[in-house]
Amino acid sequence: MTTVSMTRPASAGPGSPQRSRRRLPGARLWEASPLTYLALIMAIVLSIFPIIWSFIIASRKSDAIYEYPPRFGDLLGTNLSNALNNDDAAFVLGLANSLIVSTVVTISVVFFSSLSGFAFAKLRFRGRNALLLITILTMMVPTQLGIIPLYLLMRELGWVGEIQAVIVPFLVSGFGVFMMRQYASSAVPDELIEAARVDGCSTWRIYWSVILPALRPAISVLGVLTFMQTWNEFLWPFIVLNADTPTVQVSLRILAAGYYNTDYAQVFAGTIIATVPLLIVFFIFGKQIIGGIMEGSVKA
Amino acid sequence: MSRWDIKYSPYVLVAPFFILFGIFGLFPILYTAYTSLFRWTLLDGGNHQFVGLANYQRVLTDDRFWNAVFNTVGMFILATVPQLLLALVIANLLNRRLRARTVLRMGILIPNITSVLAVGIVFGLIFADRYGLINWLLDLVGLPTIEWRQHRWSAWLAVATMVDWRWTGYNALIYLAAMQAIPRDLYESAAIDGATRWRQFWGITVPLIRPTIIFTVIISTIGAMQLFTEPYMFSYGQSRGGIGNEVQTIAMLIYQTTFERTFNVGLGSAMSWLLFLFIMIFALINFLLIRRSVRGES
Repeated sequence: MTTVSMTRPASAGPGSPQRSRRRLPGARLWEASPLTYLALIMAIVLSIFPIIWSFIIASRKSDAIYEYPPRFGDLLGTNLSNALNNDDAAFVLGLANSLIVSTVVTISVVFFSSLSGFAFAKLRFRGRNALLLITILTMMVPTQLGIIPLYLLMRELGWVGEIQAVIVPFLVSGFGVFMMRQYASSAVPDELIEAARVDGCSTWRIYWSVILPALRPAISVLGVLTFMQTWNEFLWPFIVLNADTPTVQVSLRILAAGYYNTDYAQVFAGTIIATVPLLIVFFIFGKQIIGGIMEGSVKA
Repeated sequence: MSRWDIKYSPYVLVAPFFILFGIFGLFPILYTAYTSLFRWTLLDGGNHQFVGLANYQRVLTDDRFWNAVFNTVGMFILATVPQLLLALVIANLLNRRLRARTVLRMGILIPNITSVLAVGIVFGLIFADRYGLINWLLDLVGLPTIEWRQHRWSAWLAVATMVDWRWTGYNALIYLAAMQAIPRDLYESAAIDGATRWRQFWGITVPLIRPTIIFTVIISTIGAMQLFTEPYMFSYGQSRGGIGNEVQTIAMLIYQTTFERTFNVGLGSAMSWLLFLFIMIFALINFLLIRRSVRGES
């Protein structure tokens, strides 16, 4: 999936040499003028500004918040450590919990999605199309709407305030299954599977030695998207967890509720703590994420 | 072993997904329909009373529910129309020969990966009623400042801005992917016929990526119907969504009804189910569109 999307823009891409040499009026469409760059850079500045803004606020004293124009201060470290050491918000615990939750959910979603995706793409079985249809339909179902009975279920299980309450309900994803199915369909030739069968490979063996390696690019995209989505989840953790077992978003909510009117700078330091891990992931995997979004949309 | 393997392994492979989805996805939604028929609160100690459709009747005659519907739909329109138009423009800009292509795309996408809650807090201050950044800028250019939370229109505008900030770049990349699939020859022959770039954009690009546009409209609709965190943080973490409930969405009302105030599970479930039916209609349309576009390809 990623490889396809990364090569496609280049090959079909704007202005292959012969075309621009022909100097048709239409060929100019694909040239980027300085204005194009200017407009795009403006859009990017607007995109990045609120993040920079939170750094500015978090680097100053709280009572400097109404001073304009805003400038960077030198208290970023102090405010970050205030937020990290705030006992009510328990950010360190929140970060650790979020890391655990996001990692477990990611591994599970990737594993089960690749299993089902493999079956839907490459195996023949009765009811396959109907089951695939159901899988696609589950993508349309907003989980938020089942939140009330899910909460009742967690109460029955005694999981309210326990970290598994934000893990177990999210171990599978219809989107993931569909994505893996699409990728496996195009990335793994049927002949390869036939050949493995002739060699006496079991289905599990084929999954492990043929499918899984071939799915690797799609797995990294799905993994990163799932990780970030889980990290960002707010409403459900906020409902089912409490101050003793927060995720990082719950910590931030506690901090914002308690200190919004008294210590803005610390709250904004909190927003940085919640966001920076995502930014790091984004800077490492940005290219794959973009490829995944673009390719996924075309396939969907 | 081999025959068993070929016959039953596929079911073993897909089973975990269906079992887990059944328990944590399907069951809760069906159970919502059940609880909506009872007088049922989180505090009633298991003493639930069957009341038939009384909860639905109460919801449908409740002004607060219709206020929440009005807010949800209003902010959806206010956010989605400029968002998708702007995304089209940005996609069109990105669909050229560019240096540093990946950097530009990443810059556009950054808002989408940030923490929604953090963004809500940051924008809450940017749109602060008195000394916010926007008011400072308005003052700087000699315009009157706005107390954003005091009027419905301004509160909607602020929340819509948050939503747009987050989703415009994402939609732009989806449009860009669709635009790249359009054959270049179409533009060349149009250019020979003397069509301006503007004409080419509206005459070729937009019609040809129409299925993608419809797709994003529906995805945005499903997302917007469940809008919670942005308006919640904009009202400083109050589920009533402002003193006059100016930005209280359906999701916020469901939260307030079920997990605050009266802890009324029955009433909250009825609201959820109404919202769910509403979204299902859009999902069905979505599915039909996807099926049609797939068939069109082959």
